[in-house]
Amino acid sequence: MARKKSKKKPRLLQGNEALVEGALAAGCRFFAGYPITPASEISEILAHRLPQMEGTFIQMEDEIASIGAVIGASLAGAKSMTATSGPGFSLMQENLGFACVAEVPCVIVNVMRGGPSTGLPTNPSQGDVLQARWGTHGDHPIIVLAPSSVRDSFDITVKAFNFSERYRTPVIVLSDEVVAHTRETVVLPDPDEIEVLDRIKPSMPPEWYIPYEDTSSGVPPMGIFGDGYRYHVTGLIHDIRGFPTMRTDEIEPFMRRLFRKINQSFHDVQIVHHFMTEDAELVVIAYGSVARSARRAVLDAREKGIKAGLLHLVTLYPFPRRDVVATISDAKAVLVPEMNMGQISREVKRVNEGMSRVATLNRIDGSMISPQEIYEWLLKEA
Amino acid sequence: MAEITKLVHKYLRHDKKFPHVWCPGCGNGIVLGAMIRAIDRLAYRKDDIVMISGIGCSGRLPVYVDFNTLHTTHGRALTFATGVKLAKPELKVIVVMGDGDATAIGGNHFIHAARRNINLTAIIINNNIYGMTGGQYSPTTPYGMKATTAPYRNIEHAFNIAELAVTAGAVFVGRGTVYHARLLDKLIEKAFVKRGFGVVEVITHCHTQYGRRNRMGDAVAMMQWQKEHAVRVEKAADMSEEELKDKFTIGVLVDRDLPVYTEQYELVREQARDSIPS
Ligand SMILES: Cc1ncc(C[n+]2csc(CCOP(=O)(O)OP(=O)(O)O)c2C)c(N)n1
Ligand code: SF4
Ligand SMILES: [Mg+2]
Repeated sequence: MARKKSKKKPRLLQGNEALVEGALAAGCRFFAGYPITPASEISEILAHRLPQMEGTFIQMEDEIASIGAVIGASLAGAKSMTATSGPGFSLMQENLGFACVAEVPCVIVNVMRGGPSTGLPTNPSQGDVLQARWGTHGDHPIIVLAPSSVRDSFDITVKAFNFSERYRTPVIVLSDEVVAHTRETVVLPDPDEIEVLDRIKPSMPPEWYIPYEDTSSGVPPMGIFGDGYRYHVTGLIHDIRGFPTMRTDEIEPFMRRLFRKINQSFHDVQIVHHFMTEDAELVVIAYGSVARSARRAVLDAREKGIKAGLLHLVTLYPFPRRDVVATISDAKAVLVPEMNMGQISREVKRVNEGMSRVATLNRIDGSMISPQEIYEWLLKEA
Repeated sequence: MAEITKLVHKYLRHDKKFPHVWCPGCGNGIVLGAMIRAIDRLAYRKDDIVMISGIGCSGRLPVYVDFNTLHTTHGRALTFATGVKLAKPELKVIVVMGDGDATAIGGNHFIHAARRNINLTAIIINNNIYGMTGGQYSPTTPYGMKATTAPYRNIEHAFNIAELAVTAGAVFVGRGTVYHARLLDKLIEKAFVKRGFGVVEVITHCHTQYGRRNRMGDAVAMMQWQKEHAVRVEKAADMSEEELKDKFTIGVLVDRDLPVYTEQYELVREQARDSIPS
């Protein structure tokens, strides 16, 4: 095949548009969704694009159905995604747990808007962080990633697909209204510059296939419906063959493996960006669109000679404890600005164990946190 | 080995730990038997079949058989099935649901799957009760009957599942019972070969949870009840409303042709490809 000409040219894109480009570049070929602001553009663009590339788009009757279809499509071999906002994300929680326990790769985008309930449909928020972590019932590990810019929306969606395939797990992309609707000029990478991972499929003869057998990675190869590896998929806790079990000696290893496959991969899945943290006495820990305000504030503070730094969390869960602890242990004070009443700040306080003083800056009025607000705190603490 | 036993062994999973979860005398096994016989007659490949269920006693049906099987969440089987079918239209997708599963918690998915005419078969095992959770009333528990959550009597009116499917747009709708075994075999086979959304409502007994509480006797007595209350649709056409009062119809309620979703989507893809500027 002839090498395609580089399509690299600057494009003016919204976060939601870049997110779609990332999904398609990662190999997403199935999307099911239900309209909701501020995520609707994702559906609209994919309704247009997917059928052009042998993919499938369907608008389902609600968000429960959307995630159900996404899980089904993934079991049949398609990389699959859905996108929603708070009210729809709440409806998805039960089936999200199904994807965790049946180990079905899929990507769930939640473009956060103000809540609770119908809340503030067109205003940003970061109110769903803990829901993303704990929203579905029962103990389970989960991967949650938060883009902060248009370019990020592309890169992080690619990562989300890669993680979901590599670890056979749902991955949640927590965008927010500001990231989703801001337009920026970006240059997106060419396909050959992107690492795209696919799930590991069984290679042994079907009669040897044990669908939920432990492996060193904790991730068993995934049989695809129709490929000859007939097996049982269930939301019940199951034995290594996939059949429901109530035996303690089968339940425990299964649950442990679910956690282990993520826990032993922190080095891969925990993404953070350090910005001037090396000698920082005042550390800001931020994510999503707030991380950009924080970056500006840190730059302004540095100009005033204040030793400020930003730890930008891309991975919210599994919570990047090691990076956070290393960054804040010598800090004079730490600020966690969030568009909620304090959700990631709880995690920071939990791992801080009294080492540093942790302050919060919370906005819940539907507007974003400005660089000025963070800068003022840095000035005050300096 | 008897022919029927051989057939069962051909499709049962041999690595599955038995016994099964159903009460002795439950009708679920008869429905599974009818499905297996139809699959065998049609010579479908095991690898091509995806059997999908919701949650309930009925939901446990796929685990025993050697196909690609998927036991989903309560009420949502059709949503998962929609994803499977759209991602791999060449697969034969069969969905099994209970009455509560399909018409209470999953009622919305049921009417929308019918409306879309998504190409799959939905088999609804209607035992007029929530069997698995211990006998609470369902959307098909008849008016006046008893359930653990209607200890005095049920004051809600029952859905007619097959009629609901017809109205929602299903292209094939049949109703059978576990007593009329040969008819059931035929209905299921017809639904399997139908292009589009085919529904078979199977009237069955839950003697454990529903029969006992309503003094309907054991499994045999309840099958006797099915025999006495079922009327062939052809015959019902000549009967008065009065004569049909306590009866229900069995047979093919609808068999029509409408555009099939997966085929339509293929046309959309062509249109979409043509729209790309070259
Ligand atoms: C979301 C949710 N709600 C409730 C339940 C509990 N539950 C399990 S089975 C069932 C009812 C099953 O009734 P039906 O669908 O008629 O199936 P049957 O057991 O009669 O075959 C219920 C309510 C559940 N598993 N999930
Ligand atoms: S409770 Fe009823 S439906 Fe469930 S297995 Fe027993 S008889 Fe069958
Ligand atoms: Mg029932």
